[in-house]
This record gives sequence, C-alpha cells and structure tokens, in this order.
Amino acid sequence: MGKTLFAKVWESHSVATLSNGQTQLLIDTHLIHEVTSPQAFGMLRDLGLKVVYPQRTFATVDHIVPTDSQVSPFSDPLAEEMIQELNRNVKEFGVTYFNLASGKQGIVHVVGPEQGITQPGTTIACGDSHTATHGAFGAIAFGIGTTQVRDVLATQTMALSPMKVRRINVDGKLSPGVYSKDVILHIIRLLGAGGGKGYAYEYGGSVLDGFTMEERMTVCNMSIEGGARCGYVNPDEKTFEYLKGRPYSPKDEAWDKAVAAWRAVASDADAVYDDVVNIKAEEVPPTVTWGVSPDQAISVTDTVPTLESASSEAHRESIKEALEYMKLEGGAPIKGTKIDVAFIGSCTNGRLSDFREVAKFLKGKKVSNQVKAIAVPGSQIVDVLARKEGLDLIFTEAGFEWRAAGCSMCLAMNPDKLIGDQLCASSSNRNFKGRQGSPTGRTILMSPLMVAAAAITGTVSDAREVFGL
Amino acid sequence: MSLAKVTQVAGTAVHVPGSDIDTDRIIPARFMKCITFDSLGEFAFYDVRKNADGTDKPHPLNNPRFKGANILLSGTNFGCGSSREHAPQALYRFGFRAVIAESFAEIFFGNCTTLGIPCAVAEGRDIAVLANEIERNPALEVTIDLNAGKVFFEDQEFPISLPDTALDALTTGHWDPIVGLLNNKVAVDKKIRELGVI
Ligand code: SF4
Repeated sequence: MGKTLFAKVWESHSVATLSNGQTQLLIDTHLIHEVTSPQAFGMLRDLGLKVVYPQRTFATVDHIVPTDSQVSPFSDPLAEEMIQELNRNVKEFGVTYFNLASGKQGIVHVVGPEQGITQPGTTIACGDSHTATHGAFGAIAFGIGTTQVRDVLATQTMALSPMKVRRINVDGKLSPGVYSKDVILHIIRLLGAGGGKGYAYEYGGSVLDGFTMEERMTVCNMSIEGGARCGYVNPDEKTFEYLKGRPYSPKDEAWDKAVAAWRAVASDADAVYDDVVNIKAEEVPPTVTWGVSPDQAISVTDTVPTLESASSEAHRESIKEALEYMKLEGGAPIKGTKIDVAFIGSCTNGRLSDFREVAKFLKGKKVSNQVKAIAVPGSQIVDVLARKEGLDLIFTEAGFEWRAAGCSMCLAMNPDKLIGDQLCASSSNRNFKGRQGSPTGRTILMSPLMVAAAAITGTVSDAREVFGL
Repeated sequence: MSLAKVTQVAGTAVHVPGSDIDTDRIIPARFMKCITFDSLGEFAFYDVRKNADGTDKPHPLNNPRFKGANILLSGTNFGCGSSREHAPQALYRFGFRAVIAESFAEIFFGNCTTLGIPCAVAEGRDIAVLANEIERNPALEVTIDLNAGKVFFEDQEFPISLPDTALDALTTGHWDPIVGLLNNKVAVDKKIRELGVI
C-alpha cells in the first residue's frame, strides 16, 4: 500500500511519542517575524533557554513595515519598538535575519521560497497561519502559536497530533480569466471554512500539475481559510527547476542527491487517502467573496445570497450578519458593487507573476478617480524584479501607487488601512470583520486581475468583460 | 517545571453567540503591536465591544450582569482564522479559564490547550440551554469537570468532549509541552544528523 507525502514526512520526522500521546515532530526549518516572536524569545529568557539550532531559524520583518517609506525609526513608536525587539533577539540568539537593509526582506512566505529555504519533504513551522504556503514545494508547513514558536526555538521540535489527508483533485481546463486564486476560493466555498478540520490538504490533478510554483503557492496559502492545518502539492520538475540555484538550495553533488530524495518523498501513485474530493476546472468561475468568512463566496456573475436561501437557522443568522456588516442587499448582483480601495499584494498574490499578469491587461487603462489603488510587492526582490520589467510604471501610469514590500493592507498593522466602512477589492486572503484596519471596513476577496478590473470601473466587475478576455 | 493539573473549571459563564468567530474578532490585529501579552485582556473582542469613540456597544462582555465570568460559551468553529496566540492570551487575560463551544478551529484549540485553557465541545442545544439559564441567572455556578466529561449547573448536566491528547495534557498537568520536548534532546540531535538537516 502506497504512502502519502504527508505520511512519509511525518514518519521520518517523528522523534518520540509524548506522554499525552502526541508526536514530537522535528522541525527542519523555522521562520519568524516581528509579531509572534517577541513573546517567544521572552519566554526563552524567562526559562533560561537558548535557541538550540539557530542556523535553522530565519527571520524577516513584514507585518508592521510601512510601505511608503521603510526608513527606521518608523513614525509609529509601537512598530518601531517591535522591529527593535526583533533586531535585538536575532542578534542575541544568533538567527539569520533578512532585514530591511538586506535587499531580501519581505513577507515571510514570499522570502522562504525565494531564498530556496523552503524545500520538499521538509517540515516547516512559523508563527503565522499562512505557513501552509510553503506546502507548494511539498513541504509540510504549519502555522503555530507563540508558545510553539518558543518550543521550536528551544528544541527544534513541537508537539502535534497526527492528521488525516484529503486529496483534492482539480482536473480539466480553467476558463480564461480564472486563476489559481479562484480555484482556492472555489474549494473553500465548496468545503467550507471549517471543512478541513483535522486534515492536511493534498492538492493535485491536471490543473495543479499545470500551475507554476507561484500559482501553487496561492492555492496552498489559503488552506487555513478552508480549516486545514496544512496544504501541499507533490514536488515535481517544476519544483526542482524553481529551486535550482537559489541561495539556500543544495549545490553540485548535494543537488542531485536532494532531487532524488525529493522525487521519492512525493505521494505514491497508490497512496491511500482519508478522503478524496474531485473538482472540475470548467466549473470554477471568477470567484468573489460577499461576506465576512472566506467561504461566503460566489461567482462574480451571481447574486448575493438571500436570507431565504439559508439551509438552517444558524446559516440564516450568518447570512444576516454578513449582509448587515457588508451593507449588501440579499438577491442583488455582486457585480456593480461600488468599491473604494483596491489592494494587490499579500502572501497570497503579491508575487512577480501576479503583477506581471495584471500588467498585461492594465497597460493603457486608468484607475477610477473614486478608488485608491495600491500595489504592494511581497518582497524587496519581487519589487526589484518587477521594476526591472517596468511593471511598476505600468501600475503607476494606470493610477496605482507602487509601494515597498510588506504585508500592508492585508491586515493593516502598518499605516495602510481602510477608513470607516470603505470597501476594498483585495487580492489577500481574509475578509474578516475589521481585517483591513478599520473596525467597520469591508473586504471582498478576489484574484489580482479582478482587483484591477474593480479598480478601473470603481465597482466589482467581471475581469473577462473589462479586459475582453 | 511543574504545572497545575486542570481538571475542573468552576465559576460563572457568559454567552457570546455566533459561528465562525475568528481570531481577528477576538483580538483585532492593531492591538498585536506589542512585545508582551500583558495588556491584551482589555482589547479582547474590542471592535464588537466598543464604538469608534471608545464607548461601549451592547455586547455580552460589556453587560455588568456577566462581569467576572470565567467560562465563555459560543457556537461553531470558534477561533478560526489566524494562528495568533494573542487570541487565547487576550481571553485568558480578560479572565476566561475555559471555553465551551460546538466546535473549535484547530490552531486556536491547540494554543488554548498549551496555555491550560480547556476548550470543551458540546452540543448546540446543550449550550443553548445553559445560555438560557445564565441569561435568567448570571450568578449561576457552572462547573466543567474534565474527568467526568460533563458540565454541571444546578441540577442539570450535559456531556462535553475533548480529544484524548488534550484531556490528558490538561488533567495530568502536562499542558505545556516544553518539559517533555526538552527531555528528548538526545533523540532530537540524532534525528537531525540522520536527516542531514544541519
Ligand atoms: S500578507 Fe497577510 S496573511 Fe500573509 S503573512 Fe502578511 S498579514 Fe499574514
């Protein structure tokens, strides 16, 4: 009987069974950032512990970084305190740090792959729920809490309970104007925001096979929005090609050995899954959210759900709450909903290919004068590469602001925030109440090209119509 | 390091109804600009508790009748969203020592367990009964008994469940895993060499 990649990695990384029955799992790679690590370092100090393998922890700063100017000291004293604390911790504990001056800073889930730190068959942990992004490389990558960050720092391991594996096949051919973001929004819409509980998601099928590494990252990124603890794609030639020559990728003989091992770690053809879901690519529409949970999503051509469409009292309540918060009318088309802000960026869709794809269509178009539009590269390297291709100019000429790298308006811990009940067409991953910095701010999640379409028309729009796809 | 055994949580309860209550709701991101968890309690559920001018909105946690409650009742998929431990830390510092809900998001559940906060799963109708009772009598003494797998109040009770691993960790005082993890240092070093990680 064949094994899944998840099972192979889990077995090879199990150190011991703990007294409560959980597994002590070795973590190959630990990524940290300024928001969830300071308390963990504080706990280490309190307990008199050290970072046991500092060479396996990598730090960057992303959440609180302003994107208009990255010069320290930041105007926000709290943000400045946080970056100072990270500077102090990495120095004291001897951790590699891609800081603002390094030219390599960026969102932690963009930096890891970019540097070749993210590798197939490894376990990765980060105090950040979108760590599943790294699963695109066939890594088992977990978002963890701060106490677990402490555990990984102090022991290079953490306590975990095993999980089931659900294989999600997406087969067929995506329609023009439908992107990897639509695929994952569609999956979450079908399976629910809590549907992945207890599962690792293994994504596959011809669509995933055909996806670039960056498209696979977009899918894996939002595993957590579907309730799964992690998500991954089996490594293949594309994975190896992407990693070849990156700063932390194996070199020379070690490279050939690594590729052989990576090939072997992929799920066996006869692997047995706890659950299998099949999705037809042709059925995936350009998808947008309408509510305050990522599974409250519809096709851009649909109407917003009505209270009457609810399947239960609880469902009715959640529709009601979402409609009220979003100030949307049940039964009205989502298309045409006026937007105030357009945001392209985040660890979901802030990579070079995202900006390239949008730039292809944005040339010669203008952002509505009713809309504030910002484009935020996911890392300093994405920024440099985009500029090299002149993408920044295409964006700025169209009326977008081109910003410096960081999480920015994805969760607005920096100065990029919605104001009042502004509605944002966003390429990020969460539409929770207040997510984008204003307690009454509203978010509609969509693909980057759909954000661009909304920016141009000033309303939620079908990118296929706006750009004649 | 020896930890208290968490076998029972007794006190009063408050009901925050709703499903998919996410971690951004429990602690809005802007309050995460901090380097310790110490002051998070006052910001728990901030945006649903407070108006923009800082005055109170009607919310169960603002209701003086439920002041001091240490048990939180809620709906399905409680704690979904981010891995931020700031969420359970904020609840703990607000005064909560246990949560009873229909279901929990996994990372949130794990984070709570690691802090010694039991997250007990119960049937929606049982939670509704208890919510009704406390609405009538906020001073109602509620006891969560982890060993018995039950919640008791007055002459009533209902079953709760927790995964065995969490139950064991809490009731034996091993909810903070650091001691166990540190104990296996030799095996960890061996594994690291074996896998060629370093
Ligand atoms: S871009 Fe958004 S989701 Fe990604 S790490 Fe930053 S804040 Fe989190």
